[in-house]
Amino acid sequence: MAEPEQDLKPHATPSSSQGEGWGEGDFLDEDVTTTEAEERISVATAGQLMWWRFRKHRLAMVSAVVLIIFYLVVIFAPFLAYVDPELSEAQRSLMPPQPVHLFREGRFEPHVYAVKGARDPKTFKRVYVTDPNTVIPLRFFVKGFPYKLLGVIPSDIHLLGVEGVPVEEALFILGTDLNGRDLWSRLMFATQMSLTIGLAAVAISLFLGVLLGGISGYFSGTVDTLIQRVIEILRSLPTIPLWMGLAAALPGSWPVQRVYLAITIIISLLGWTELARVVRGRFLTLREEDFITAAELAGCSRMRIIFRHMVPSFLSHIIAATTLAIPAMIISETSLSFLGLGLRPPAISWGVLLEQAQNIQALAISPWLLLPAIPVILAVLAFNFVGDGLRDAADPYG
Amino acid sequence: MKATQDQLLLEVKNLRKFFPIRRGFLQRIVGQVRAVDDVSFFIRPGETFSLVGESGCGKTTTSRCILRAVRPTSGQILFRTGDGRVVDVAALSADELKPLRREMQMIFQDPFSSLNPRMTLLDIVGEPLLVNGMTDRAARTERVAELLKLVGLRPEYMRRFPHAFSGGQRQRIGIARALALHPRLVVADEPVSALDVSVQAQILNLMLDLQSELGLTYLFVAHDLSVVKHISERVAVMYVGRLVEMAPTQDLFYTPKHPYTEALLSAVPKPDPRLRSKRIVLQGSVADPANPPSGCYFHPRCRYAADICSRATPTLVELEPGHFVACHRAAELKLTGVV
Repeated sequence: MAEPEQDLKPHATPSSSQGEGWGEGDFLDEDVTTTEAEERISVATAGQLMWWRFRKHRLAMVSAVVLIIFYLVVIFAPFLAYVDPELSEAQRSLMPPQPVHLFREGRFEPHVYAVKGARDPKTFKRVYVTDPNTVIPLRFFVKGFPYKLLGVIPSDIHLLGVEGVPVEEALFILGTDLNGRDLWSRLMFATQMSLTIGLAAVAISLFLGVLLGGISGYFSGTVDTLIQRVIEILRSLPTIPLWMGLAAALPGSWPVQRVYLAITIIISLLGWTELARVVRGRFLTLREEDFITAAELAGCSRMRIIFRHMVPSFLSHIIAATTLAIPAMIISETSLSFLGLGLRPPAISWGVLLEQAQNIQALAISPWLLLPAIPVILAVLAFNFVGDGLRDAADPYG
Repeated sequence: MKATQDQLLLEVKNLRKFFPIRRGFLQRIVGQVRAVDDVSFFIRPGETFSLVGESGCGKTTTSRCILRAVRPTSGQILFRTGDGRVVDVAALSADELKPLRREMQMIFQDPFSSLNPRMTLLDIVGEPLLVNGMTDRAARTERVAELLKLVGLRPEYMRRFPHAFSGGQRQRIGIARALALHPRLVVADEPVSALDVSVQAQILNLMLDLQSELGLTYLFVAHDLSVVKHISERVAVMYVGRLVEMAPTQDLFYTPKHPYTEALLSAVPKPDPRLRSKRIVLQGSVADPANPPSGCYFHPRCRYAADICSRATPTLVELEPGHFVACHRAAELKLTGVV
């Protein structure tokens, strides 16, 4: 045994020079941060660090912008629509998308050409002929059908409109459906419905997941075993037949809003299990962390430990898990409605719109009815990328 | 234990902590891990008492039982509070425990997991003050600044988050937090084993300075004998949940009485290459605390084992004044200590 004292050289400790005033030399400056950037990092909160890491994730940033655009559409759907989505007219059935011309005689002047409908005498199919001689100029911020923005602010201003003729007879940016309803306007309202039903469902699952997962992880024992078995049973249920059964159980006489609510609850009652497992896992890991023991030893109450120490440590994970849960909800709403089990007309959602493109006839004659699939794909991808980005930013080592 | 009752700060009597092993769907208890099995020792005020042993020998569990971070299965933990009463920490309810928390604090092994990454130093060091009634923010800030100075950190750092600090600095923060409530007993659970050797020395020196300055008593849990020799007055050696030897530091290091202690001492790194060949390499592996061997737990690996060792469990006896050992052959063996 050599002298350990050799390794343990005494140094000028703070206590040896305690007294009036603290000179610079009293402190150990192992790695004194000097630059402004380093100083900024030193005092950055966990949230700020997460944002700085997220910012570097380019795909996630682009997706975040896409999502912001989507939710602007949700807020301003009636403003972006130019025709009442319920307005049908057999004379305008299945019109193809109409090209919009931006320049006329070298000047910027958006316009469309008038379209005349006729019936093919041999096939009885309605055919639409563009009349390049009748120019209909497009106008912005024009008066149209009245609506209430966010359900409260009354308005009748719309982004697009035409001059001279009623807008529903002249403008068909994405064509019309079988009943002659304007697809663009319906798509705006469908976006509003599909992107909010997901949020409502996720909020309910989030609440259930955090609550039950938290109870399961924090108290463990019998309660834990019970909740875990319930989760296993719920997860082993085949979802499509269950949805079919539950959807069939909803009275057909219910108004659209109530069906919407019921579907939301059905989806979320099955959707909380994943999150509950994540939360339980985090609780179990955190319970063993030294800083939790330290808080207990300091005399913190159980509530303080949970809400001051544990919840903030996995909040970022919950945000990421939620962001990844929303697209799943959107997909389930869309597929349920597509199968005719979820939302039904007169409600408008992406699934309801796609339901019209179910048969081969529709696809052959009017392929534009498949257009609502594009926002579904875009939204789901964007949510997934943002979720991935958030997860990486929240836990760069995980 | 013969030490006079009224001199002791802490006396642990027959402490046991068993962890149940649960199996199957119904989580039935099929066995027990005897993490701490009949451990008794005492600590005098102002001294540094070290608990050493291999990983998994129960030294950390013992220290956490004393702080009641875990609830012991049985046994007594008698602690003398600041106002002179002797309370049995093991028997207290959660409410009764709260005032006692101020008097016993802990320094953790891992400086990275022991500080909440989402709180500033002010919140971390100030939390014990806050939950114990110092609600005035200005007073708390002042006290935190004082504590940070005490452990050699700049008070200006208090707005920073732990991620801005190195391992040694973080350990200083942990020490400041432990000292916030003026504890009388500080349990240090391997406080330097996660640090570089140079930083270890700084932290140990800081702990020694604080001890003399504030009159602290340390229960120092460690596996590094060279560290233990440097700082402690008395040392206890644990093996598979039991104490095998307890003695003043000099006695334990120069005249060990237990073969396990001898083996541990021979494993301490020596700078002199000529001395290295004498290392005793133990055969086999550490006994399983869920299924320990009969008699003396150490007998399958002991090179002095006799017949009796596999049959009877040795008790801890005081062979020389202050020198306790649990070995059937302790009196007859001539063991080598530190040379």
